[in-house]
Amino acid sequence: MKTNNVSFAQKLFFLILALPTLALANVGALHLDKAPVNVDDKESLQRGARVFVNYCLSCHSAGYMRYNRMQDFGLSEQQIKDNLLFAAEKPGETMHISMNAKDAKAWFGAAPPDLSVITRSRGSDWVYTYLRGFYRDDSRPTGWNNTVFDKVGMPHVLHDLQGQMAPVYRTEKGEDGREHEVLESMQLVQPGKITLAEYDALVGDLVNYLTWMGEPSQSQRKGIGLAVLLFLGVFYVVAFYLKKEFWKDVH
Amino acid sequence: MQKLLNWVDERFPLTTSYKAHLSEYFAPRNFNFWYFFGSLALLVLVIQIVSGIFLTMHYKPDAAMAFASVEYIMRDVDWGWLIRYIHSTGASMFFVVVYLHMFRGLIYGSHRKPRELIWIFGVIIYLVLMGEAFMGYLLPWGQMSYWGAQVIVNLFATVPFIGGDLSEWIRGDYVIGDATLNRFFAFHVIALPLVLLGLVAAHLVALHEVGSNNPDGVEIKKLKGADGHPLDGIPFHPYYSVKDILGVVVFLMVFSAIVFFAPEMGGYFLEANNFIPADSLKTPPHIAPVWYFTPYYAILRAVPPILGSQFPGVAAMGVAVLIFFALPWLDRSPVKSIRYRGPKFKIALTLFVLAFIGLGILGVLPVTDLYTWISRVLSVVYFAFFLLMPWYTKHDSYKPVPERVTDK
Repeated sequence: MKTNNVSFAQKLFFLILALPTLALANVGALHLDKAPVNVDDKESLQRGARVFVNYCLSCHSAGYMRYNRMQDFGLSEQQIKDNLLFAAEKPGETMHISMNAKDAKAWFGAAPPDLSVITRSRGSDWVYTYLRGFYRDDSRPTGWNNTVFDKVGMPHVLHDLQGQMAPVYRTEKGEDGREHEVLESMQLVQPGKITLAEYDALVGDLVNYLTWMGEPSQSQRKGIGLAVLLFLGVFYVVAFYLKKEFWKDVH
Repeated sequence: MQKLLNWVDERFPLTTSYKAHLSEYFAPRNFNFWYFFGSLALLVLVIQIVSGIFLTMHYKPDAAMAFASVEYIMRDVDWGWLIRYIHSTGASMFFVVVYLHMFRGLIYGSHRKPRELIWIFGVIIYLVLMGEAFMGYLLPWGQMSYWGAQVIVNLFATVPFIGGDLSEWIRGDYVIGDATLNRFFAFHVIALPLVLLGLVAAHLVALHEVGSNNPDGVEIKKLKGADGHPLDGIPFHPYYSVKDILGVVVFLMVFSAIVFFAPEMGGYFLEANNFIPADSLKTPPHIAPVWYFTPYYAILRAVPPILGSQFPGVAAMGVAVLIFFALPWLDRSPVKSIRYRGPKFKIALTLFVLAFIGLGILGVLPVTDLYTWISRVLSVVYFAFFLLMPWYTKHDSYKPVPERVTDK
């Protein structure tokens, strides 16, 4: 009689656990490409840092990131000083820029955001797709538009590498019965300095670096986590037999 | 040693307190899975206080510095990332544990006579905890912190006549600003934690006065052995202290798995938009509260405005929380535990749980006509669970309750 009721409570409990997954089924409309993130790949992070410092770090700051933190992926302080320190004097400084926000707003329509935690707010996949999603659009003041960020204020800074892409549209009947032009794919109309595959790899390294920069302690975090869980696993066995020993005389 | 103990006992009830609350506090011997969450709630409270103290050492409650100081903790403070994630995970896990603890009360009738006051203290703890979590969420000063606070404080502006002045008084400004951040910090780190500790003490004193309920809903104090102890009772220490260690270890495994491997919990514990600094000029397209508030947020959005006033929705949200106070008197069943209750209560409870979770999911999603209608139906179910309780608990079928607690 009682077992029945206990299982009722248990059924309800599993129902509680299962329900939130239903909510997730609803999300997701924009297609994003998967970013090749591996924050333990030190060489990729070094390449990404180079791209970041050369191309991003003149309009975008990373105001919470100190240059010398790059020692985490195998660079020495001297190497950082010699190769990456364009906008600062000491490796202990944070990645600031000299452009002020007011001018930036006047020039671009919006001040370029700080990139310290950009992958944490936008997601790595979004940034990866975004940086590969610029195409020519002469209706825009900069001449550039973007597949994931319509009417973006940022010009295609990496276009000398990627080259120029042009959109290919396909007509589709919308829900309202009228025909819409939908972006189907992109075509390379003017090649850049590197091939598209090389460009994808370069953006991949950059996004990997940005992901690392969003939380530089993430590798350490996972490493410690493993040790903590192992410890708790052993502790559980001890606690289990302790309880069993004490409870021998109950019932 | 004995002499020292005697010296203390003559001046402070050390041995008597130890006996009353631990070694000779007799708890029913048939506690099951659901009975871990009380001690776990206490554990999370301690975790939050300790991690909070360390965060306070590095955090700056200043609108111009708050966001940066959190990133400073994440990057430059030794083990700062760990302390911050423990605190942010602890906030969500507090609600997980408290919701399961309240559900336990609901299924085994722990709110029923003679434990009404324990329940009432518990509901007040829940209310204060909501305030504590809400104010704490402003402190990282991200976009969701800012706009979440803006939405919630604006709720007070809907109160007829005094609303405008009231919300301004709460904020200390016309918009959420530095003044708001400072006062929320004060409430979050000292005022509400003090109240919480007092309430938790009252909750436990009341519990130890009447004794714990159990999965059978049997009063173990009715049948006592020759030694004067309840026949079905066992001393809390060492029996439940060693058993609770087991619960603590399992809980810490879940807790650590989140802290170390998924501290953002897919955007539910730490929202993506909160990694953008607060900007009073840029409203995010979709403002969602953290998951533990979403059932009430869904109720708020479900109620249509009356005469252009949003106050009915706000009132419904308030009543949805406060109605828990009435539970001991709404329940008219002759038995406490769900084990001896009939189908009507079981159906009502299942619908209530589905409504609560359904509303929680809808509270995260953007508003559409369909979702609004589902929210309305679920809100009605939510309130019907309470308002119809006197009727369906009175006319349910019940099984006989045994004299003694049953074995698994």
